[in-house]
Amino acid sequence: MTDLTAGLWELLFKGVWVTVQLTVFSAALGAFVAFVVGVARTHRLWIVRFLSGLYMEIFRGTSALVLMFWMFFVLPMAFGWQLVPMWAAVLALGLSYGAYGSEIVRGALAAVAPAQQEAGIALSFSPWQRLTKILLPQAWPEMIPPANNLLIELLKGTALVSVLGVGDITFGAALVRNALGESAPVYTIILVMYFVLAFLLTRVMRAVERKAKAGIGQAPEKGNGLRKLSVRQATAISRSSSGGAA
Amino acid sequence: MSAEKNPSTTANGGTNPAVDGSELIKFDNVTKRYGSNVVLDNLCFDVSSGKHVTLIGPSGSGKTTILRLLMTLVKPDEGTIKVAGEYLSHEERNGKLVPAGEKHQREVRKNIGMVFQQFNLFPNMKVLRNITEAPVHVLGLGKDEAEQRARELLEMVGLTDHIDKYPSQLSGGQQQRVAIARALAMRPQVLLLDEVTSALDPELVAGVLDVLRDIAHSTDITMLCVTHEMNFARDISDDVLMFDAGRVIESGAPEKIFTDPEHERTREFLSAVL
Repeated sequence: MTDLTAGLWELLFKGVWVTVQLTVFSAALGAFVAFVVGVARTHRLWIVRFLSGLYMEIFRGTSALVLMFWMFFVLPMAFGWQLVPMWAAVLALGLSYGAYGSEIVRGALAAVAPAQQEAGIALSFSPWQRLTKILLPQAWPEMIPPANNLLIELLKGTALVSVLGVGDITFGAALVRNALGESAPVYTIILVMYFVLAFLLTRVMRAVERKAKAGIGQAPEKGNGLRKLSVRQATAISRSSSGGAA
Repeated sequence: MSAEKNPSTTANGGTNPAVDGSELIKFDNVTKRYGSNVVLDNLCFDVSSGKHVTLIGPSGSGKTTILRLLMTLVKPDEGTIKVAGEYLSHEERNGKLVPAGEKHQREVRKNIGMVFQQFNLFPNMKVLRNITEAPVHVLGLGKDEAEQRARELLEMVGLTDHIDKYPSQLSGGQQQRVAIARALAMRPQVLLLDEVTSALDPELVAGVLDVLRDIAHSTDITMLCVTHEMNFARDISDDVLMFDAGRVIESGAPEKIFTDPEHERTREFLSAVL
């Protein structure tokens, strides 16, 4: 590791910044997709449920890597406009991780007691008001642990973008390896970098979860949250992590 | 019941002349099935404005289904229900009766409030907001007015100290009293009570029943009540309907039903629960 010059380190840290950007933008798009599709799957009109289910199946069932290539190489041929590699990557990652996320949203909504929906009906709330005032606020804390899982998957999934020539951590590492002619040091370094990023992400999500739980009058959990996962959270996690797109 | 209506009575002041003394709720040949199980069998009955009616009978006899039909949580398979002269699960379009849309149902059920067995407070809202949320966002009341109304109701149910707590911080009895306040905040004409003390610890039942007695005696709200608390039923009811297998097998004043029932089935049921 002593062989790494300042210039090579800079390459890696630029890569970290690109990875962070990719994660944030893809997560934002993914969260948007997850909420829209997840809520649509509980809609009372069958056509809305069908179309959103179709979206979920298609994007969950296709490889994010292939989708990325497709966005980058096929879209220009089909529509005549070329996406910047960065945005092709964000689009591919956001759309496919959003499909996974929609299952988290749907599952958490389904886990809210049906009686809450009935209480909302009894007070004459409109379907939209029931969703936004009653169902989503209660489902939200349940979504966070599985969403955290998915976010970490996404963070690691951003490594795919190096094949498009986007300068993320993995791309930087490949350059450093070429310069050094050695694989071991640099891949050990980025292993740690990914871990630190994932760990920070988990800390942030734990804080979000504590805040969300306080917002529905539940005391924040003490210590390791994994020990006290409710059954439905645990199943939601195993459901969402059973197939990582990367 | 309409049979006991006394048209010459004007003593209650006629605060709501349009519906006062008239049939506020009317079930017309209502049938409800779950699969092959007939829960309500061609049911006809009506409730006059301001009356307190208690539905009794063995479990599975269809009492709760009546409340759920009125709250539009389930739809009748046959027959019609009218509330305050409006069809509930149907609406008239081009002179034909068609299943009601969401909007129509929402309008009609603004007349109806419901208190559930399991309270069903919104755990994501504090007590005050549980009560004000619907008046503000459904009725369009100003925030200050809704809060004023909520405070009055909380005072009535004896929970002013708990205004700033989450439901999870309250006992079952307190939660149920908040739920009663929440239902009343909509100023419904009809209050539906679905076994409201069944989920409570025995020592908390009395507090909730006292609140309901108070409401029954001090307001002109129409009450439809499913309960196993026979003493409470006797206290507040103008009429008692005895259900069995989806039919009303006997009805009348509480003194009559509870002391001298005509039907053998009623006698059996009462001797089992009293």
